[in-house]
Amino acid sequence: MAIAKRKFDSLVIGAGGGGLRAALQLSRAEATVAVVSKVFPTRSHTVAAQGGMNAALANVLPDNWHWHMYDTVKGSDYLGDQDAIEYMCRAASHCVIELEHSGVPFSRLDNGKIYQRPFGGQSQNFGGDQAARTCAAADRTGHAILHALYQQNIRAKTHFFDEYFAVDLLKDDEGYVLGALVLDIETGEPLIIEAKTTLLATGGVGQLFRTNTNARINTGDGMAMALRAGIPVQDMEFFQFHPTGIAGKGMLITEGVRGEGGYLINKDGERFMERYAPHARDLASRDIVSRAIAIEVREGRGCGPRGDHVLLKLDHLGADVIHKRLPGIRETAITFVHVDPVDTPIPVFPTAHYTMGGIPTNRFGQVVAPLGQLVEEPVPGLYAAGECACVSVHGANRLGGNSLLDIIVFGRAAGNHIIGYLQENHYHRPLHADSVDRGMQRLARWDQQGDGESVDNLRMELQREMENHCGVFRTAEVLQDGVVKIKAIEQRLQHARIKDHSKIFNTARIEAMELENMVDLALATVISAQARQESRGAHSRVDFPERDDVHWMKHTLFFKEGYKLDYKPVRTKPLSVDSFPPQKRVY
Amino acid sequence: MYIENYEPQRDQPGQQKSRLYWQCRRGMLELDSLLQDFFKQQFDALTAQQRASFELLLQSPDDLLLEYLMGRVVPMDAGMSDVVAKIRQSVTV
Repeated sequence: MAIAKRKFDSLVIGAGGGGLRAALQLSRAEATVAVVSKVFPTRSHTVAAQGGMNAALANVLPDNWHWHMYDTVKGSDYLGDQDAIEYMCRAASHCVIELEHSGVPFSRLDNGKIYQRPFGGQSQNFGGDQAARTCAAADRTGHAILHALYQQNIRAKTHFFDEYFAVDLLKDDEGYVLGALVLDIETGEPLIIEAKTTLLATGGVGQLFRTNTNARINTGDGMAMALRAGIPVQDMEFFQFHPTGIAGKGMLITEGVRGEGGYLINKDGERFMERYAPHARDLASRDIVSRAIAIEVREGRGCGPRGDHVLLKLDHLGADVIHKRLPGIRETAITFVHVDPVDTPIPVFPTAHYTMGGIPTNRFGQVVAPLGQLVEEPVPGLYAAGECACVSVHGANRLGGNSLLDIIVFGRAAGNHIIGYLQENHYHRPLHADSVDRGMQRLARWDQQGDGESVDNLRMELQREMENHCGVFRTAEVLQDGVVKIKAIEQRLQHARIKDHSKIFNTARIEAMELENMVDLALATVISAQARQESRGAHSRVDFPERDDVHWMKHTLFFKEGYKLDYKPVRTKPLSVDSFPPQKRVY
Repeated sequence: MYIENYEPQRDQPGQQKSRLYWQCRRGMLELDSLLQDFFKQQFDALTAQQRASFELLLQSPDDLLLEYLMGRVVPMDAGMSDVVAKIRQSVTV
């Protein structure tokens, strides 16, 4: 079969903020750049980021990058790599100003400087008073960044392959990554994109869980491609959950509701948080509230016909307060569950929000893996940035305002490193047919005819099992059960079939390949979580409630082959300042 | 074996439905939920004019689309406005 082929200096897979920032750096350096995106670029999930982007500009309150670094290390529960965190916090102000010059309309103070809002986890002077560090373009920061970067890329002549799905990485026998096999969704035709470097910027994998806040495109495609190429994924057990998402649907109900006086009740009408956190009650930390909700449901005190959620009660606040201070929440509840919180409580359940783990990289965006003697050896030609990468600046938990910062800083850093790589590697390395054949086999697998399991049903089952066995309530028994169940789904996936074998816009085939990606990442997540016998950041084990720095201050690496686990040390030495040693994390 | 600089053909016939289904994939869960669920339940029953309005609606940027579908902004175009109302009414609990 003849397969079309295009050649570029650099290939970027994913057109969110990380991918577009890297592509812009490259196109401006006059590299030829291809960006592959399965949806139109400005429909990437970066568009959903409302909060803002942290940078110690000190426009509102005193601040400096070192305090930001302290907060980020502490927020990571000391699992973040301190060299990467220092790099990110130092680069933050410069990156915000660059974005402003690229056309991002950051909100302003009366004096004309960029407005900054306070967020949880931000402090002055290493744990002192509240800081105000988050730069925002009203409540549309992600949208503003994504559109500005897209337009700048058009201007810089980046070549976009819109509505193309990345099937697999192409590698040679020496381990160089030489591009990717992609599929034109519109025509169903495969295309080889050869490139001297390939950057994965495909976002997180929130779709692993039934209740999640992520766009449905977040199926971890880049992470799974890395796994299939023999590269591990790192720290996948760390998944950030928000305690109050709309039950069964996932949309976020902000903490502000409980801040205004809203509280949670179970089926008996009991204000149950009083049992779990007698002082803070409904304002206890996210992990405590999330776990309390999960326990109420597990122990039969959940609400609704299936007893699978609790209720968030606001009606006692009165219509005026709700109309004035929580109008967006009211709209969300009315639209998605037909409930007006002025008189009826909102059904809620913990919702998966952010993937801290991902493809291991260093602070230059190079993908690193224990390929030979070294624990971190760059995979030649392969880079990753953003939520699909684990650099690791978020460690065991991410601070608000640090995700947009992560994608911009490390998208740019990867772009810079790739420019250096291209200067030393002038020619494309030869591409061997067997590398392409592996990707083509993956495509051909879904041409199999006959009866088999439904992809839709398997995906729903996977999401339900992950929520029940690898959500916020984790014990050895629950996780072991989860490993067995997800492995069974992996086996059943071999027998799944799709009914539509047409070529043009065959979305069933894309959804089937997305499910393959998700199953690999579900296994990575549940097996990594089962092994980690401590509670740290977002990974909370009921049977190991304390953090254990002696045995577990290390990164997990999961390999697809043989479900193998390995570990590597946390990089505790920053670039220029003293290390922040682990301390008890108290807010 | 390989064709250099291949450009695939575009605009093949009969692809409107599957193309629009793919365009219901957006950057926000709220939009995915509203658009995809509506599409699955009601697209086949839409008139040609309503389909055209739906296609026009999908060309909106995600932030504006969210404003429309959450009922905070009403589209100027009457056809689009009708489709927005149908989408909002189609949500099942």
